[in-house]
Amino acid sequence: MSTETKIEIEQLMVSASPHIRCDESISKIMWSVNAALAPAALFSVYNFGMPAFFNILLCVLACVATEYLILKWQDKPMVVNDGSAFLTGLLLAMNIPATLPWYMPLAGSVFAIGIAKHTMGGIGFNIFNPALIGRAFILASWPIAMTTWPISSDMIGKVDALTTATPLGILKQQGYQSLIEHFGDHATMYKSLLLGTRPGSMGETSALLLILGGIYLIYKGYVKWQMPVLMIGTVGILTAAFGGDPFLHMMSGGLILGAFYMATDMVTIPITLKGQIIFAIGAGALTVLIRLQGGYPEGVCYAILLMNCVTPLIDRLVKPRKYGTGR
Amino acid sequence: MAKSFRGGVHPDDRKRYTASKEIQVAPVPEKVIIPVRQHIGAPCSPIVAVGDLVKKGQVIAEAQAFVSSPIHASTSGKVVAIAEYPHPVFGTCMAIVIESDGQDEWLEGLPLSRDWKNIEASEIKEIIRQSGMVGMGGATFPTHIKMAPPKEKTIHTFILNGAECEPFLTADHRVMLEQSERIVTGMQIAMKVLGVNKGYIGIEDNKPDAIAAMNKACSGISSLEVVPLQTKYPQGAEKTLISVICGTDVPSGGLPMDVGVVVQNVGTVVAIADAVEKGIPLIERVTTVTGGAVAEPKNILFRIGTTFAAAVELCGGFAKQPMKVIMGGPMMGMAQRTLDVPIIKGTSGILALSEADVNIGPERPCIRCGRCVEACPMGLVPSMLSILAERGAYAVAKENYDLLDCVECGSCVYVCPAKRNIVHYIKLSKAQNAAMAAKK
Repeated sequence: MSTETKIEIEQLMVSASPHIRCDESISKIMWSVNAALAPAALFSVYNFGMPAFFNILLCVLACVATEYLILKWQDKPMVVNDGSAFLTGLLLAMNIPATLPWYMPLAGSVFAIGIAKHTMGGIGFNIFNPALIGRAFILASWPIAMTTWPISSDMIGKVDALTTATPLGILKQQGYQSLIEHFGDHATMYKSLLLGTRPGSMGETSALLLILGGIYLIYKGYVKWQMPVLMIGTVGILTAAFGGDPFLHMMSGGLILGAFYMATDMVTIPITLKGQIIFAIGAGALTVLIRLQGGYPEGVCYAILLMNCVTPLIDRLVKPRKYGTGR
Repeated sequence: MAKSFRGGVHPDDRKRYTASKEIQVAPVPEKVIIPVRQHIGAPCSPIVAVGDLVKKGQVIAEAQAFVSSPIHASTSGKVVAIAEYPHPVFGTCMAIVIESDGQDEWLEGLPLSRDWKNIEASEIKEIIRQSGMVGMGGATFPTHIKMAPPKEKTIHTFILNGAECEPFLTADHRVMLEQSERIVTGMQIAMKVLGVNKGYIGIEDNKPDAIAAMNKACSGISSLEVVPLQTKYPQGAEKTLISVICGTDVPSGGLPMDVGVVVQNVGTVVAIADAVEKGIPLIERVTTVTGGAVAEPKNILFRIGTTFAAAVELCGGFAKQPMKVIMGGPMMGMAQRTLDVPIIKGTSGILALSEADVNIGPERPCIRCGRCVEACPMGLVPSMLSILAERGAYAVAKENYDLLDCVECGSCVYVCPAKRNIVHYIKLSKAQNAAMAAKK
């Protein structure tokens, strides 16, 4: 080799093929999901005020800090900035009421990252969605706080109270008729559900913004459209079949948040599209079962966690059609 | 509508560097390093000694084994060494070094001039074997074996693989443009040997000029048909190519001949035409020298035994520090540790990739995103194969996850956001399974 080019041939890297890679990375995926959630998260601050802002910040910081400390302690590669712990924090915040006292989201965050994620081996190895485990942990520990909902933006100045019930809560306790009365009429109720100016967990309320973020993720290829469509569709169809109001059920609770952002968590759902379809339908059916027959007004969290349990089984049974084995 | 297959990936093909560059003929190097093993199968033994004078086209190494292929001198001169030299596939290999006498003199009687139509099929088969013909796409399987399928296999279709689905490479593309008539002759010869009367030429639709050139060359020949294929990697993998063109899958564990098909590479059929009509053995080939680190990427006709260093020199040297130098394409080629390796019969490309081209990152755990499952043209679960290899569960990979069906096309690694070296794990698992089988 001519010396004037200053090329160091001794430095050639030798590794197995292929030698080129696409531009995707775990960080890109995670930060894109964070970005998709951002509008709904910002809306929650508008809807519930500063407590929402404070709790989002707390959850995100607590999750990132827990991840940092564990990676440090275990002497693992420092990947805390890949956006996955941030995402767990953001998702957890969106799954809890805005008014929780600070130690509850903190405990939930530490549990989500420390127990649900890192006792399993960290990113890629957890069986359950960490944010949902965090939520379930807080709900089991402080059930009253977790079902006490602050009033939302559409109620401020109209009601003489600080807390209220969620639409699904009213439905469970008092029935469909009083829910309609609560909103005034059907149209107002649907509008409120779509825009999100209603009580609920911080980030679950704005169906519209959650769907817009979800469409962005589908466009990016990080979410397959079949997942949210089938999960939400299953809830609608089954609710209608059992005589409920399908639109109410499809737009309320954490269904849209769960269907777009948690039933699509790559790590904890089946790896094949066929398996994912089973997952989505199963999660939708379990949601309806819990909402209509169970003691809780809302069932998305447990429905997804239960389907997480059977994911390894689905993966074992459902494999792609192998080439050379018939069309 | 161009035909396609399930799975696959769409890397930027980057053929623009060389697609419009005519094939340039390289000057005869001062020295050629010719390995005695340039094919799948038994290595040859040298039949010349240091100090011997050899002529261009003379056999210098051969083997008695059936699965093997003789080696010829690629220029005239003196044998100056027979020793272990770096080899682009096997690490090191015995090689015969010929110092050129500058005459580039053919072996007595070469080249011949004969009409393939007057030669018996059995004789053509023997000519192909003696000419050292191997699959020039990179697999280097001896051609005479493919051309002589066992009696119980009825071959009805011949496919010319003009897909050239590997990014960067344009050697086949240029040959199809510049030597389309020779390709047609080569195909007709191959089809005569196989007794086949249907031949397809599969070409990815990112090469419309090649499709047009081959259509023109085939006009009036009813047995030949050009099939435009969707541009998608690995369109040119034998199995996907057969499925797309014939509509039948090669059974798991089977060979193309099991579905009555023989596939040959573009360069190979041109070499067949040259061997049969002119008596010229396989001593040169068209290679694309390219990649982000090469100053002036080119398509060049090289003598076998030219070093990679000399090839890069002919292309203006390096413009950037290469991170990897590859023999073949970026998806299935082999990384080289030195530029002292020679061009062999299977060297379709020499790729010098810069750090930006390689885009490698630290390997992370699988996040089960499923992109590899979608990309796998064989319908496997690549993520699981990599995880099982990490755990040392090689037998499970083979028994439950169809390890041996993997064709190592690299689509899974290309799309992996965790930058997992899945093909590396798969090669390891295959080797471990072979070792376990050998122990029994």
